[in-house]
Amino acid sequence: MNGEATEEVIITHKVGLHARPSVKFTKLAKTFPCVIEIATSPDGPWIDAKSIVKVMAARAPEGTRLLMRANGEASLDALAALKGLVERDFDEAHSDASLG
Amino acid sequence: MPASARVKGRPASPGYAEGRIHLARDTHDSDYVPASSAEGETEALQTAIAVAISGLQALVDSAAGDAADILEFQLAMLADDTFFEVASGKIGEGVQADIAWRDALDEEIAGYLASDDEYFRARSADLTDIRDRVLGALTGAGDAVIPAGSIYVGDDLTPSAFLSHDWREGGIALRRGSATSHVSMLARAAGVPAIIGIGAVGLEDGASALLDAEQAMLIAEPDAGERADFHAAHERYLKTMRDADRNATQPAFTADGERVEVFVNIADPSEVDAIDVATVDGVGLMRTEFLFGGVHGLPDEDVQYMAYRKVLEWAAGKPVIIRTADIGGDKPIEGYSIVEDNSFLGMRGIRLSLRRPAVFRQQIRALLRAACFGKLKVMLPMVSVPDEIDRAMALFEEEASLLEADGVDHAMPDIGIMVEVPSVAVQPARFSRAAFFSIGSNDLTQYVLAVSRDNADLSELADPADPSVLGLIENIVDAARAQDREVSLCGDAASDTRLVPLLLQTGLRKLSVAASRIGVVKEVVREWRKADPAPGLRHTA
Repeated sequence: MNGEATEEVIITHKVGLHARPSVKFTKLAKTFPCVIEIATSPDGPWIDAKSIVKVMAARAPEGTRLLMRANGEASLDALAALKGLVERDFDEAHSDASLG
Repeated sequence: MPASARVKGRPASPGYAEGRIHLARDTHDSDYVPASSAEGETEALQTAIAVAISGLQALVDSAAGDAADILEFQLAMLADDTFFEVASGKIGEGVQADIAWRDALDEEIAGYLASDDEYFRARSADLTDIRDRVLGALTGAGDAVIPAGSIYVGDDLTPSAFLSHDWREGGIALRRGSATSHVSMLARAAGVPAIIGIGAVGLEDGASALLDAEQAMLIAEPDAGERADFHAAHERYLKTMRDADRNATQPAFTADGERVEVFVNIADPSEVDAIDVATVDGVGLMRTEFLFGGVHGLPDEDVQYMAYRKVLEWAAGKPVIIRTADIGGDKPIEGYSIVEDNSFLGMRGIRLSLRRPAVFRQQIRALLRAACFGKLKVMLPMVSVPDEIDRAMALFEEEASLLEADGVDHAMPDIGIMVEVPSVAVQPARFSRAAFFSIGSNDLTQYVLAVSRDNADLSELADPADPSVLGLIENIVDAARAQDREVSLCGDAASDTRLVPLLLQTGLRKLSVAASRIGVVKEVVREWRKADPAPGLRHTA
């Protein structure tokens, strides 16, 4: 499925898109061939979802509305997978969120 | 065969070690010899990053749990091309590779440090690690891989460097260092022999050496006679330790039958796994800084709650004194404590907690919830006026009623104070709201004698046996007795067999010691008998 796709999701993980969540998020993004970008505001800046340095620097805490867009092969699948990961709190138990 | 060389230092952590000297290498930018072209520089940086990545990968493979997750994060950050691109841009402008990399990372680190999100600020430590790992590979300084069983010789050693190495069979000899610094405390707790203050003597990397931390002596390239003496002394030491261990589960009574309670100091909750609870009368000091200071950044309430609960459950009804975060001074936390000159006189301990109530309240909630699982006592560090106790207690009350309103199980612990600031030691009666006193002899000594704990050149002045310090300890003990309040001592002095008799002489009957010293301190107590007052000391008991 080629083409452009957009999606958005609210970050419910207690410490937000921090160290360990960012590792998982960017690793998952890298499994898709399309260009994927995220932003915390519709006006951007839009940043590369496959770069952990840039994702970390976006500093998205709990409650952030995370905007995602993808362009290219498997764009819809990519955003659905990433959205799922964020909704599942990055598959982390609440109690070990300290690493952030 | 080179002649043997004997180097004298000062004792920091007792024991004996035999191994090869591992000289610390310092990373200086000036050590780096740049390539002749920008392409060469870019390539050198690329190679250094690859070396750093494979080094990290090896660590990830051997790590588990949180440690593995942290390294995984660093690995991902390092494998990201972003930093390399920024640095190679700078190299293109004529900047040397090491400086370009340092600048690229420092810019990012500054961004993290400027954040008002504490979790985020704390991550700057990971970036610092990444930066230094690549710089090490680039300048050939190597990362601090210390071969197993070696005797580390360096200016000083950071707590994190200490914690990341397996010191079994090894030892530490520091050129500077201080007996009251963190690394000395960690060495004592782990039973790693260490000496300090050996100075700038020339020692050869890889030379065979004997470390006698009882005599504070390092012998390089020892001859046969020196080896024989060393082994004999080591054997005697091991026998004493075995005797101490055999009797460790017995309570300690002085030679004239007085009971002395011996507690243990712990820094990390996992330490209790290696301690038989039958050997101690409880925990006299559980530090919480390490919980805050590690690679984890600021821990959330549940992480703290689980840590406190673990120790309370281990203690099985024996008292556990947990000290609220004593951050600042020589224990800064990136992104939390305040950078300042003369930090020992600055924003540390309860002062910082009251200044950052959001973080303090989180710790308070964790303590209140954990209090249901044993005999918890909470101790406030660095109290200097009674008002600080009142303010802290008010926060405990507020959080307790919030938990009550939410229907969360909790209990109010006794709240006492560390006695380490002279204003308390001089007039302890003013601090009657404290449920108990615990004397922090390290800080009390530094404040009474005006000797900074981290100044190696003055460490001989920092003597807890100084009559003025002992006189104040006696004053505190007397005041506590008069008010029917418990008083203990949890500083390093309690673990020092030479000082224990002097402390008992002040009237103290509760000592909290490093885990590795429980048995030997009890042995010293058993041999001690109330004597005529030592010169300059008033007899109180």
